[in-house]
Amino acid sequence: MADYANHLLFGWYPYLCLTVFLLGSAIRFDREQYSWRSGSSQLLRRKQLMWGSNLFHVGILIIFLGHCVGLLTPIAIFDALGVSHSFKQMLAIVVGGTAGLMCLVGIVLLTQRRLTDPRIRATSSFSDIAILLMLFAQLLLGLSTIFVSLGHLDGHEMVKFMNWAQGVLTLQTDAWLNVVDVSPIFKLHLVLGMTIFLVFPFTRLVHVWSAPVWYLGRQGYQVVRSRKTLPAGE
Amino acid sequence: MKIRAQIAMVLNLDKCIGCHTCSITCKNVWTSREGVEYAWFNNVETKPGIGYPKDWENQKKWNGGWKRKADGSIEPKIGAKWRVLAKIFANPDLPEIDDYYEPFTFDYEHLQKAPELEAFPTARPRSLITGERMEKIEGGPNWEEILGGEFSKRSKDYNFEGVQKEMYGQFENTFMMYLPRLCEHCLNPACSASCPSGAIYKREEDGVVLIDQDKCRGWRMCVSACPYKKIYYNWSTGKSEKCILCYPRLEAGMPTVCSETCVGRIRYLGVILYDADRIEAAASVKDEGKLYQSQLEIFLDPNDEAVIAQARADGVPDAWLEAAKKSPVWKMAMDWKIAFPLHPEYRTLPMVWYVPPLSPIQAAAEAGKMGMDGAMPDVRSLRIPLKYLANLLTAGDEAPVALGLERLLAMRAYMRAKSIDGMIDASLAERVGMTAEQIEDMYKIMAIANYEDRFVIPTTHREWAEDAYDLRGSCGFSFGNGCSEGETPSLFGGNKSPKIFKPEEVA
Repeated sequence: MADYANHLLFGWYPYLCLTVFLLGSAIRFDREQYSWRSGSSQLLRRKQLMWGSNLFHVGILIIFLGHCVGLLTPIAIFDALGVSHSFKQMLAIVVGGTAGLMCLVGIVLLTQRRLTDPRIRATSSFSDIAILLMLFAQLLLGLSTIFVSLGHLDGHEMVKFMNWAQGVLTLQTDAWLNVVDVSPIFKLHLVLGMTIFLVFPFTRLVHVWSAPVWYLGRQGYQVVRSRKTLPAGE
Repeated sequence: MKIRAQIAMVLNLDKCIGCHTCSITCKNVWTSREGVEYAWFNNVETKPGIGYPKDWENQKKWNGGWKRKADGSIEPKIGAKWRVLAKIFANPDLPEIDDYYEPFTFDYEHLQKAPELEAFPTARPRSLITGERMEKIEGGPNWEEILGGEFSKRSKDYNFEGVQKEMYGQFENTFMMYLPRLCEHCLNPACSASCPSGAIYKREEDGVVLIDQDKCRGWRMCVSACPYKKIYYNWSTGKSEKCILCYPRLEAGMPTVCSETCVGRIRYLGVILYDADRIEAAASVKDEGKLYQSQLEIFLDPNDEAVIAQARADGVPDAWLEAAKKSPVWKMAMDWKIAFPLHPEYRTLPMVWYVPPLSPIQAAAEAGKMGMDGAMPDVRSLRIPLKYLANLLTAGDEAPVALGLERLLAMRAYMRAKSIDGMIDASLAERVGMTAEQIEDMYKIMAIANYEDRFVIPTTHREWAEDAYDLRGSCGFSFGNGCSEGETPSLFGGNKSPKIFKPEEVA
């Protein structure tokens, strides 16, 4: 039974989540782009947002990039660069822990603001509050895995997650076997993390796709559009 | 040279009576929706005053417009591109809704449903954001109507710079004027420049500045960058919105709603040809006081054969070139030099211009309380300080405003001589550098202000630009299920984009 649950959650569920994440985002972008926005509430209340939002976003971006690099870089590359597993484990704990604390302070400020400020509460949708609480829970789970990791400073546990994530993405049917025996805190963190991908297209999180880094490369400043197909002088 | 055409506007402040019909009709058409109750694409302010949103002209506070760097180039005052992105999580230059006002309604229903009471039932205010009771309304879109509020607050008006303002707080010296404001549809819009998504664009055909509602992601940098604070963040849809110069009406050759309904006939719409290649240079001149002149220099004479030939080559339709020759905006801005841009020092090259108000001058002169310059009152000893108008319209340069006011006075004197004394006094025109014919034309357009003289708007001929067949019976700007009835909630939350109907669905 436990095997069945593990297979389901870590073998099949990732594909459900990834499919809905990618397909849902694509469909929403194509069909409902008018609803595609960051959903800022700064206009209604500035208080607590300046610190809260900056800390939260910077923290979560570091964490997100850390997860991407840490989980998806093939182990052979780390070996070739001479990065030992134990060093990588410590790096993850220190950088992830610091960014996690930044993010935690931010999300506490933001959650308190969203739930108690009358203006923000009244204008929040169900999904606004739900996704915030999910991220909050995920952050707490992530931070508590640090205490588990402190017991595995050789980086052995971390390799399991790398193998699992890379196995899932490379369609290895037995990838789930990698994480069968990890701590339940990690398992919860994984399942909730996948669930966030699952609900992603249905929440304001879609604005992550639109991070406007291309702005830095825009030539000049002005944007002009024409729909003219007229011959000259017509 | 790259010639483009723009529909520009002039407002004759001399004739504005502050009735707010423009604001109300605009509101009813465009912003009577959740999320933009507080937003007025068009509003009318009483000056002197801090305006709406509060203190909008103070760019030390809001960082709107452009700044000229030491190397002579310009960048948005909110910062270079990397700086704009760094502010994206929380924008320090964004006004809060209280800087506009908390939108409210009244409990009207209580008036009908209240039980028998000792006192009259009242309709008390209720917030349109939270739905909660508001004990006290502390702001509105026109909070300083007819000099409402204390002088100490109103006199924070930025245009008092360089004016000994204390004396204007006294009743006998006080002055006021109305300032209707809308999006300036700038040649060098700071909103568009600061939009990280590239959702704000200027239409090449008619110069209207629009926000692509599908591409806007709600980063809200435009709200800060616009020095006129004429971009509004819709807290319900999470998108920014702004005046669209009623482009669906313009395309059909009709004036904007605010212009159409203006009871004082103060608004003019017409085509201006300009050189798009020189925009950046014109916006970058060193001396702020020269920005008005530099903007005049990129406007192109519609009667010049070389301009016409180049405009044709650049794809400006002939109907537009004809309209440009009859443009009232060209006449007022270029021929007569009586219209001026609002705050050219923001370096956005605004395209909604203003004729400075004259009425208080005339009144004071007639009462014999003002210096006379020959037969005409001296505009430099006016009730409204010349410096105040110059701060508003020419970045502090008094000479052009003085000449504009003198020409308006000359028009009155000339027409009074003509219609009351029955004599033509061409010297009145010559004194201000004009001819009698020009003065007569000015009188026809400014004073009589016939509909066809005020609005010279060529149609866009959309049917040439795209296949209009598919647009038949399509739904305009709308929400929810487009033009059909009922609400189907979207799986993705938020509002749905407008639905386009197929022709067979409409029949």
